[in-house]
Amino acid sequence: MLRDALLIAGKDLRIEARSRVALNQVAPFALLVLILFAFALDPDSGVLDRATPGLYWIAVLFSALLAIQRAFAIEASDGNRDALRLSGLDPAGIYLGKVAAVAAQLTVLEVLLGLGVVLLYGSHSGNWPLLIATCLAATAGIAAAGTLYGVLAAGLRVRETLLPLLLLPVLAPVLIGSTRAFEAARSNTTAEGWPWVALLAVFALTYIIFGVFGFGPLLEES
Amino acid sequence: MTSPPSAPVGTASRATRILGLVTLVGLALAAYLALVTSPQDENMGNVVRILYIHVPIVTMAYVGCGLTTLGSVMYLWKKSIWWDITAAAAAEIAMVFTALTLVIGMIWGRPTWGVWWVWDARLTSTAMLLLLLLGYLAVRRLPAEAATRSKRSAIVGVLLLPNVFIVNRSVTWWRSLHQGTTLLNTLQPKIHDQMAFTLIFAMLVVALLFAWLLIHRWRLVWLEEQLDAHELDRAIIERRAEAAAAQAPVGSVG
Repeated sequence: MLRDALLIAGKDLRIEARSRVALNQVAPFALLVLILFAFALDPDSGVLDRATPGLYWIAVLFSALLAIQRAFAIEASDGNRDALRLSGLDPAGIYLGKVAAVAAQLTVLEVLLGLGVVLLYGSHSGNWPLLIATCLAATAGIAAAGTLYGVLAAGLRVRETLLPLLLLPVLAPVLIGSTRAFEAARSNTTAEGWPWVALLAVFALTYIIFGVFGFGPLLEES
Repeated sequence: MTSPPSAPVGTASRATRILGLVTLVGLALAAYLALVTSPQDENMGNVVRILYIHVPIVTMAYVGCGLTTLGSVMYLWKKSIWWDITAAAAAEIAMVFTALTLVIGMIWGRPTWGVWWVWDARLTSTAMLLLLLLGYLAVRRLPAEAATRSKRSAIVGVLLLPNVFIVNRSVTWWRSLHQGTTLLNTLQPKIHDQMAFTLIFAMLVVALLFAWLLIHRWRLVWLEEQLDAHELDRAIIERRAEAAAAQAPVGSVG
């Protein structure tokens, strides 16, 4: 299973390295969202710095939607999904591989967005271990839930509109948890932040378990 | 084209007609109890009467969600269409009841809190519940073969209850960091005997209403599935008849 996961993750990341769709389209989109927030909220009043955790994670969520759709779009043409089904790879391995690839891309995106909020919003950082742990746990959760719902929507004519409706309510706890943890890290009340990281980790773990069992049947039907 | 002799003319049977009648009488009686005989609340006055319908409806909405997840789990286990239809019918009614909960809750909130909406944990997680149910129903409506649709929606349905639970927990936690106790807790202290009776009676009646709706929705979904299955056969027979009719004159000449 893990060998299959590595194969799939390697394949997806290699396609990304060659096509650079996430880097050339999703990352600029994320930065664009940051700039749009500045247009919508007065940048001089300091509201951007105060609202940084929320704005940052909203930008991550929207970009994640694109990254997840991209993760399944690469198999949409030339009957590639059939090839994947017939490849004999363990569906759980395919799932974990896709989760890993999406998570890797999201991590890069989060670093870029982090630079973005520091440079553009003048946001101050905080307790680094808490910030990093939050990012890792939240990314795992977003990738795990996103890949599960992504394969469900993949191959449908309504995939672009269906995925946000299915995924965003499910990811609401991730948004709540990561935002609160970031706020705790920035206000140096780290003791309040770690329980949220635990919630994020539980969320990620729950979805990875569901995904390992649910991905196979959904892949068959996609 | 005449319909086959076995085609049902409705989704009612004698048992459901009786159930429907009992529910109707019960609803009238519950309305009378809630609006006329039960006393006013010391704090809320007449506004308390909304709760006699609000609480039963939200309870049955949660029962509907539970049934959807149960039906989905059982479908994945037994592969029986019976459970799939149960999940579908329960989700639809749960969606309507959740929407009603929000509307009635807002009507209650306006005179009680002075605003239509507060970012209370229960309100927020009920709104999220509505969105999760809408997502499930959107998956159900995707055009696909019956078996594909059932399996797809079953997996989303299995996740429904865990999602509701996680969202509810996180939202409660989120709010509890900001405000000590929710406003709703002020209702708890003492409940008049007649108030309690009215509430329990209303619960029972709304449960009957839920059952009545569920049976009808179940039968309707089942008939739709039958129609889908028969429609193809019917179309094939029709096309064959057309082909035979087109060939007949040629045959008589030759």
